[in-house]
Amino acid sequence: MTSNAPRAVLADHNVSVGRAMWAVVRRDLRSSFRQRQDLLNPLLFFFMVVTLFPLGVSPEVSFLQQAGTGILWVAALLSTLLSLDHLYRHDFDDGTLEQMVLQPHPLFLLVLAKSLAHWLLTGLPLVILAPVLGIMLHLEGNSIAVLCLTLLIGTPVLSLIGAIGAALTLGLRAGGVLLSLLIIPLYIPVLIFGTGTVAAATEGAAVEGYLALMAAFLVLALTLAPFAGAAALRISLSNS
Amino acid sequence: MWTLFHKFGSPKWFFGIAGRLMPWLLALGLGLLVAGLVWGLAFAPKDYLQGNSYRIIFIHVPSAFLAQSVYLMMAVAAVVTLVWRMKLADLFVQAVAPVGAVLTFLALFTGAVWGKPTWGTWWIWDARLTSMLILLFLYFGAIVLGSAISDEKASARAVAVLILVGVVNIPIIKYSVEWWNTLHQPATFKLTEKPSMPPEMWVPLLLSVLGLYLWFGWLACYRMQTEILRRERRTRWVRELVRAEGH
Repeated sequence: MTSNAPRAVLADHNVSVGRAMWAVVRRDLRSSFRQRQDLLNPLLFFFMVVTLFPLGVSPEVSFLQQAGTGILWVAALLSTLLSLDHLYRHDFDDGTLEQMVLQPHPLFLLVLAKSLAHWLLTGLPLVILAPVLGIMLHLEGNSIAVLCLTLLIGTPVLSLIGAIGAALTLGLRAGGVLLSLLIIPLYIPVLIFGTGTVAAATEGAAVEGYLALMAAFLVLALTLAPFAGAAALRISLSNS
Repeated sequence: MWTLFHKFGSPKWFFGIAGRLMPWLLALGLGLLVAGLVWGLAFAPKDYLQGNSYRIIFIHVPSAFLAQSVYLMMAVAAVVTLVWRMKLADLFVQAVAPVGAVLTFLALFTGAVWGKPTWGTWWIWDARLTSMLILLFLYFGAIVLGSAISDEKASARAVAVLILVGVVNIPIIKYSVEWWNTLHQPATFKLTEKPSMPPEMWVPLLLSVLGLYLWFGWLACYRMQTEILRRERRTRWVRELVRAEGH
């Protein structure tokens, strides 16, 4: 099957919504795997930012154990931000995005599909890489497990909220910096609860409540963010 | 109904109404503000615990109050912009966003000045302080995004989306930071309870809150008028207006 096939699926009016979403996800995955650098950059960034903390602050085991989860979460947040600019950029530049807006399916579902693809390409690799960095930061086994769980629930929220910012700053000069300014305030609750969960787990407290709250964030972001993202996308495209 | 709607949406109509309202808003607002501040700063009794340093409350609370409600007003205007594409709503958002940011900064600054003698530190990472700081970031975001998009209509609608996303997030941010860390005292005024302060303290406070609201109303009208003149500078009524002024 050629890479044009998913696009052909999108153009077909008789295609079901599910197939259209799946086509968007598959197309994004495929085009990213053909440009591996885009895929690797956020991961390398994640790795390097985490490395800066032991070097810049202190390599003491006690410090790293205390600050490790925070460092990992902040680094994951920053590398997600870094990768957001790519979410729509290529499609915007070559006009694919306009075609997506024109097809008959609800736009918010396609935004959802794009966000899912973005998470599969950046969030999930971060979750997989996190245990290695956790060990390097001397975190305990239990903390690392909980950390990965929070990242697993939290990074999709980051992708979903980020998609709104990416759509708003589409086609603007200095869009990348602007994107960070708009999105960082919205990321703060996820960060607080993400690190809070791990802190509770380290102290031996029950984490179910925290995890349930994070899951609530995920549900809220899943249901609301795509609508805002779709509205933002329409505005940006009508402007260009 | 629709004609009324169009009338309300017309910048020209608003320009006239605002012009008639503004002297009242300014006089009442400044009057109340001066009365409240002079009363509060010079005549209200000293706090038995904090001495005179508590008097900054007469600036701190009104600006914090207004900082939050300006964001809510902007959110309402954002809905109007997105749903009915009313020009005035967009004008309002653009006019008051910097005012809101300044008020938020003022609340944070006076809070820091107050915190130094009371808590012994300029800044702590407390729930209320942090959520006000994030509110300031949200204001900055709205201002920066608005100025980054050159097309007026697209800019208005993009900012509206951003403000609405922010407004959904404000309670979440507020509760998350509150849960995370808190030291700040609870709200001064509650609608359901009698204030815990004596009347000699809360009456001037209430006066300065009301005064600041009215003064804000004046400033919003003034800034909207200015923006209307700038945007409609090529229309006939603005030219006639300028000619009538005789400059």
